Amino acid sequence: MSDSNAIDQDGRRSNSASFEHSHGVLMNEIVPRRHVGRWIAAAVLLILTLQFASEIATNPNFRWDTFARFLFDPLIFRGIGWTLVLTIAAMAVAVPIAIALVIMRDSDNPIVRGAAWLWIWFFRGTPIYTQLLFWGLFAVLFPQLTLSVPFGPELISLETKWIVTPIVAAVLGLGFNESAYLTEIFRAGFRAIDRGQTEAAQAIGMSGIKIWTRILMPQAMRTIIPPTGNETIGMLKMTSLVLAVPFTLDLMFVSNSIANRLYQPIPLLMVAAFWYLAITSILMVGQFYLERHYGKGHDVAPSRQGAA
Amino acid sequence: MVRLDTPPAVDLQGIHKFYGSVHALRGVDLSIKKGDVCVAIGPSGSGKSTLLRCINQLEIVSAGRVFLEGELQGYTERDGKFHPLPPREVARQRRRTGMVFQGFNLFPHKMALENVTEGPIQVKGQKSKEASERGTALLERVGLTGLGDRYPNQLSGGQQQRVAIARALAMEPEVMLFDEPTSALDPELVGEVLDVITDLAKCGITMMLVTHEIGFARKVADHLIFMDQGAIVEQGAPHDVLDDPQNPRTKAFLSKVL
Repeated sequence: MSDSNAIDQDGRRSNSASFEHSHGVLMNEIVPRRHVGRWIAAAVLLILTLQFASEIATNPNFRWDTFARFLFDPLIFRGIGWTLVLTIAAMAVAVPIAIALVIMRDSDNPIVRGAAWLWIWFFRGTPIYTQLLFWGLFAVLFPQLTLSVPFGPELISLETKWIVTPIVAAVLGLGFNESAYLTEIFRAGFRAIDRGQTEAAQAIGMSGIKIWTRILMPQAMRTIIPPTGNETIGMLKMTSLVLAVPFTLDLMFVSNSIANRLYQPIPLLMVAAFWYLAITSILMVGQFYLERHYGKGHDVAPSRQGAA
Repeated sequence: MVRLDTPPAVDLQGIHKFYGSVHALRGVDLSIKKGDVCVAIGPSGSGKSTLLRCINQLEIVSAGRVFLEGELQGYTERDGKFHPLPPREVARQRRRTGMVFQGFNLFPHKMALENVTEGPIQVKGQKSKEASERGTALLERVGLTGLGDRYPNQLSGGQQQRVAIARALAMEPEVMLFDEPTSALDPELVGEVLDVITDLAKCGITMMLVTHEIGFARKVADHLIFMDQGAIVEQGAPHDVLDDPQNPRTKAFLSKVL
């Protein structure tokens, strides 16, 4: 592709003045096809988009002055902080549980396998909002949490409301629910690995744990990361449901309460939407780099070309 | 024959293998002397690969005993009963054998050199510098000088299989097992892998090979076995079995492949 009349990917000449290829071959002269339908569709979309944008910009009901006033409000920033804390903490709860469930589901023991199945069945089969309401009422259901010998004497007893605080309820509710979905994702990731990988690792005398951590996990990551990234982005948005607990410090709840105070719901909704979008965009960038890291050995030539 | 004072490198006694109701191995006895090359040939489904995989416990025998240098594999035997060894012990026993698979089974997320050094570093606890030096030398030995930093998908099938051979050799096994090492290769790449295996055979390492390359079998084998329907039908020196087969099933098979 070094000479002046190289052909680009669509088969068009980059230099139409010359027809000679560097190897002395007379190349076919290709007249690009006209994509009339595409051009019309693009024009229509462009017009609609501009119309929509100008409507949003000029419609006084959006109250852009209020939007601008609250976009960088300290209360909003605190809400963003709590939303991030909820997201990270809930995923941190969900991932280890999901790993344990993956191992349990492949156990030879039917009770261990059944327990994992039951967990997934319950948390996948009930709405997250219902679960969060339940976690909010946990302290009412079980006023005392007691550690005791099974069917024997009590060791420690504590009041539930000091342990299952709203933040704990929110994190556990979101995390337990998420663990059920992550389990299926992780399981699919490990299932996708050829059996020969385990055999090859066994053949060089590797132990079970090493086979998991050194051979299977890195390969499973490649298929696990993209859907897990999606789940993390989903979790960020799911945190807006914690008012069911009720947990009242997250971005959605804070912007909503400001909106109620001002009787201006629209601009505060736009503030919340803006920050959710901003954070998901950052998460997507992070996901790109993670995928590239775990794609090693699968891209065409990662060591030479960087992002393949 | 085998002298009593030095146990054979591999000794299989009365091996049976069932998959459900399928009787894949039907009472196989085989012993391989130290330094010998034993080649198994036979039609597909005759149990050659299964037998090979019983040696390093990738398959668990349904009946019979597998000995490596006199050590019973997979079990301790007390009062006529078999007690399975813990996984750690099984892993330790597997280090005595190196295995080369039909489908290479290289670790795709590791570069060629990392594939070779993975075992020495993780299993034997070698320092990574030492392992790298040895690994580089092994890659050189299989004719892959300078390709250590390639990922498996950047190598040809023949090159991948040679990395797999280097990976197995890196553990310094007492016995090398080859399970149809050239069956997945394009015809023009078969030769380069067979050359490496031939070199190894000359070095005196004990080997068992399952192959469909009859000419190659004749060249490297000290002992040739012909298997059919889960049993060894005929065995002996390669020229005896190949040029003057006694059993009608051996004759029928050889008439098709030669």
